[in-house]
Amino acid sequence: MAVNTMSSSTPTSQSGAMNPTPTSPATAAELVTANAFAVKDLSIWYGEKQAIKNISIDIPVMAITAIIGPSGCGKSTFIRCLNRMHELVPRTRVEGKILFHGEDLYAAGSDPAMVRRRVGMVFQKSNPFPTMSIEENVLVGLRLNGVRNRQVLNERLEKSLRRAALWDEVKNDLKKPGMSISGGQQQRLCIARALAVEPEVLLMDEPCSALDPIATAKIEELIRELRDQYTIVIVTHNMQQASRVSDRTAFFYVGELIEFGDTAQLFNRPRERQTEDYITGRFG
Amino acid sequence: MPAVEGRAHAKLEVPPPSRFADKAFEWLTLAMALAVVLLVILVGWQLARGSSAAIQKFGFHFLATSTWDPVAEQFGALPFIYGTVVSSLIALLIAVPLSIATAIYLTELAPLWIRQPLTSLIEMLAAIPSVILGLWGIFVMIPFLRDYPFPFLKKYLGWSGLFTGPIYGVSMLAGGIIIAIMILPIITSVSREILRSVPNLQREAAYALGATRWEVTRIAVLSYAKRGLFGAVILGLGRALGETMAVTMVIGNTPQIATSLFAPGYTLASVIANEFTEATTDLYLEALFEIGLVLFGITILANLIGQLLLRTLKTSSGTRGA
Ligand SMILES: Nc1ncnc2c1ncn2[C@@H]1O[C@H](COP(=O)(O)OP(=O)(O)OP(=O)(O)O)[C@@H](O)[C@H]1O
Ligand SMILES: [Mg+2]
Repeated sequence: MAVNTMSSSTPTSQSGAMNPTPTSPATAAELVTANAFAVKDLSIWYGEKQAIKNISIDIPVMAITAIIGPSGCGKSTFIRCLNRMHELVPRTRVEGKILFHGEDLYAAGSDPAMVRRRVGMVFQKSNPFPTMSIEENVLVGLRLNGVRNRQVLNERLEKSLRRAALWDEVKNDLKKPGMSISGGQQQRLCIARALAVEPEVLLMDEPCSALDPIATAKIEELIRELRDQYTIVIVTHNMQQASRVSDRTAFFYVGELIEFGDTAQLFNRPRERQTEDYITGRFG
Repeated sequence: MPAVEGRAHAKLEVPPPSRFADKAFEWLTLAMALAVVLLVILVGWQLARGSSAAIQKFGFHFLATSTWDPVAEQFGALPFIYGTVVSSLIALLIAVPLSIATAIYLTELAPLWIRQPLTSLIEMLAAIPSVILGLWGIFVMIPFLRDYPFPFLKKYLGWSGLFTGPIYGVSMLAGGIIIAIMILPIITSVSREILRSVPNLQREAAYALGATRWEVTRIAVLSYAKRGLFGAVILGLGRALGETMAVTMVIGNTPQIATSLFAPGYTLASVIANEFTEATTDLYLEALFEIGLVLFGITILANLIGQLLLRTLKTSSGTRGA
């Protein structure tokens, strides 16, 4: 079932300069089995309200996992748990376990800032820092990590912008404010900003929902290109998008995981009645 | 048929009411804005008229000389200008870091349950009447300053020249401190509103990069809010310059220019409040009016400079596209 995950791990020589530093040099065999996240019996509450109900799911490494489901079913809540962003909302409570490469994400001594450096995030609405230039926006994460070497910064700047498919459009305007480019470009800038710190995982919460079809197509293409080097979890309302970009798809419904499987299988031969109803548009 | 045509015409003309309302609204707001400007000009003009004889007699010397001798009818405003400017600067130096730090604590760091009570408490500070604060200054703050912080400053920072000479308690520094206490609530609550208006998405962007709380505050919150915070400071400065009652009670009311902040001073606002009732001669009264004019001018100047600085802040931060 994860055959397509393997094929992409064979070294492609399409862009030598962009060759990533292998953060976790996994062998092909490992790639098939390895999970980036192993989630066990996860439940999340906002105050009294339970948003996620006892979910267990394994998210494969170096693959694109899509999360679909009707509005309010807990998609955002779920992915925000994967980098501990939900902790910023007061009065949330988590039960269960999330292992990230075998380590407990919520272990007593673990630092949420460290987790977020390894698990980056792109939001529904693009949110470049308005007082920073394009260049500063991309490099801000590195500067936080204490990188000062100009040469390293320049290299990383170009690399991140290229990976985010934005370099050619902004290479002459790097000093311009991050808000001076179009909405779609801003979203790609945010992707570049997330990539610049070289995370292992990229979480994307409806990254295209505020964009027009052309900008959306660009970002989808970009996501597919990133697939070789990153584990990607993408939340989307758009089922075509899920089927176009993802390897595996999870269907959530009112806080529960109804079905999780190979994307083609889930869309063509759903196992669960509710999944079928949702993807055929019988409820939404 | 002309009648029908007329009716058709009338029908076409129906939409305008909203346009009229729009125009009326525009004119009304413009009139309001002009009224405010007019009021400012009127105040300045009144002050100038009330002091025309003094202006004619002393000319520029009024601003540049230090003698204030009602008996000899010699009037120079320099010590008061100095006192107002220095006490306000001291106040800003103390109040700005404290207020902004408090605002940051209240919006970014404090546990939720503590935020509202603390905010109310700070706003209550603003409700204390100036005279009461002055009394507190005389009976509590001054003795304390005289016994502990002042000798300490003298011992360790005396070399700077700012903390030398006899310690009376009443002093420029005490005046600055009391003004700081008075402008603290306003700067804090305005700053707090400004920090609260920073979109959460900005904070999340920084958190998602692995920033710590302080880093989030720095790169996402403060840089986003810096223009607004600067505005809050200017607002505080405006208040500081005009502060009268409490300062009068602790600054010592001695028209002199001394390097040491332990020496007593005098402010423009204080001298007007203190001497207005005693101004027996016309020239004396006119001189006090001119003091008022100077204070008015300084306040406007401070605001203008603030606006200019704000403008440079805007272009350098570049929130607008090219
Ligand atoms: N900050 C919050 N406080 C309280 N309840 C919340 C909060 N955020 C989300 N919820 C609740 O948790 C449930 C799941 O919300 P979540 O945002 O995860 O849904 P979602 O699937 O991402 O929806 P959408 O597709 O509309 O973005 C919803 O019922 C919502 O009302
Ligand atoms: Mg959502």
